[in-house]
Amino acid sequence: MSLAWLLRRLLLMIYTVAVVCVLVFAITQALPADAAQTLLGENASPEALAAVRARLGLDDPVWLQFIHWVRHAVSGNFGVSMRTGLPVAPEMLTALSRSLLLAAGSLALTLLIAVPLGMFAALRQGRVADTATSVIAYLGVSLPEFVTATVLALLLTDVLPWLPATGYVSPLEDPALALRHLVLPVLTVSVILVAHVMRMMRSETLDVLQSDYVRAARLKGLPERTVLVRHVMRNALLPVITIVALDVGYLLGGIIVIEEIFAIPGIGRALMIAITTRDLPSIQAGAMIMAVTYAITNTLADVVYALLDRRIRYD
Amino acid sequence: MTELLHRMIRKPQGAIGLALLVVLAAVCILGPWLAPYGPEKMDFLGRFRAPGWQNWLGADQFGRDVLSRLLSGARATVPLALAATLAGSAIGAVIGVASAYLGGKSDEAIMRTNDAVMAIPGLLMALLLVSTLGNGAGNAVVAIALAFAPGMARVTRSVALAVRNQDYVKAAVARGEAAPHVIFREMLPNVMGPIIIEATIRVSFAVMLFATLSFLGLGAQPPASEWGLMVADARQYMHRAPWILIAPSAAIALSAIAFNLVGDALRDALNPRDDR
Repeated sequence: MSLAWLLRRLLLMIYTVAVVCVLVFAITQALPADAAQTLLGENASPEALAAVRARLGLDDPVWLQFIHWVRHAVSGNFGVSMRTGLPVAPEMLTALSRSLLLAAGSLALTLLIAVPLGMFAALRQGRVADTATSVIAYLGVSLPEFVTATVLALLLTDVLPWLPATGYVSPLEDPALALRHLVLPVLTVSVILVAHVMRMMRSETLDVLQSDYVRAARLKGLPERTVLVRHVMRNALLPVITIVALDVGYLLGGIIVIEEIFAIPGIGRALMIAITTRDLPSIQAGAMIMAVTYAITNTLADVVYALLDRRIRYD
Repeated sequence: MTELLHRMIRKPQGAIGLALLVVLAAVCILGPWLAPYGPEKMDFLGRFRAPGWQNWLGADQFGRDVLSRLLSGARATVPLALAATLAGSAIGAVIGVASAYLGGKSDEAIMRTNDAVMAIPGLLMALLLVSTLGNGAGNAVVAIALAFAPGMARVTRSVALAVRNQDYVKAAVARGEAAPHVIFREMLPNVMGPIIIEATIRVSFAVMLFATLSFLGLGAQPPASEWGLMVADARQYMHRAPWILIAPSAAIALSAIAFNLVGDALRDALNPRDDR
């Protein structure tokens, strides 16, 4: 990995964030014929409309509004919530931390299940176990998250009735209770993600199994377990990093649904509340935070991939 | 055409997908006539009635027949998903082909921007657009179409790059044909194959996305029997009457699977190289 490559990758990330800025601003503030009307609804009094216009600077030309907005956004100031009157950014970041807890737990569990399962399916290629896991994985990919989540919530609350079905407790307040609240949502998200990662792991393992170095390792007389762990798993895992990074984007979308179903006050739910109450600054902050999180994850995944994969030279 | 069909149903996956698709089309066209009851006909004596001879798939919290609601709801779900995919694919295809035609710096700029737009997850993009456009099925379709366009642009552009170097395109450019002519008359028709395959698979995403928007209360509005909305309504009663929840969930899943399988079969049938 060369410095020039790293620099270019970072520039690309900054460009991505810039484009996202323009889009979010355009869609939420510039595009509506009158953002103040959108905010306050049709029955607003002219005085209230004028006040909101002044507060948002809606009478300025669009480019000036955009510059003001970006300048504030860069310093982490997305304005105050129309609903609560509190600054938006801190609230959204707290919500994000709750979502990240859910996301990290789900990703860890997903990898723990999906990696061995994908390898297992590949080693049994064409047999009943492989076909069964493939069909289940196909189903998993073909079901929208809200269906999987709702049906799983139905099943899991029947199987594990002692677990709280909805709600959230901060791990700082009561770690044990917090963990219990996280079990069902984490299980649900993992079931959805396992399908993706497992399919990828299976096809990668199949490729690696046919490679020369695996044949060489076997011919050297290495025990099968060493071959599988040291040679097959290591190399098959590499492309899985990319799919996991892509899944973070999927996760960010899916989390909106999951948090809605399990009543977790994370970034997804905060965004949904902002959208239903037309809380413009909250919508902007939520969307920006989600998109930037995704851009950072993608960049990180690329860098990790480049660090691990010494076969390819980046220049 | 019959040749293509033959190749598609050679594998069981393709045959199942096509069969599901035919059933789905029939339900969309004939749904309201096939339904034993009206989709909004209430029967307060039959609230939460379990599946049986009166209500094959049971009845919901207002005693409405679940099967009838499903059959009538098909046309509130599937055609809209199709429309969104068509519109999104069309926009994406034009961007992709134009980018490949322009080439060089413009191509680079268009594609980098396109990638940046793709950094916004599809559901988030659709939510943002719906928050501006307002709730409703029509706006959801527009939002999904716009959310799909960048992905289609990327796929189309990679195919169009190869077409750009074909002699007939070079000849058209050399003849001094205007850009729209080259893009729409020469290049676009020759990238249709891959676009159709990609679009077919994307319909299943559109079905899911549309149902998700309705589920979140931003797409179709009650008392419509749109499937995602039916799932959202059924959640409250899921322990008391799980059939209200399971029927629309299965319907969404089967439609998504149908388009997925047909898309895969279409790809295999059009690329004989990939035969395994």
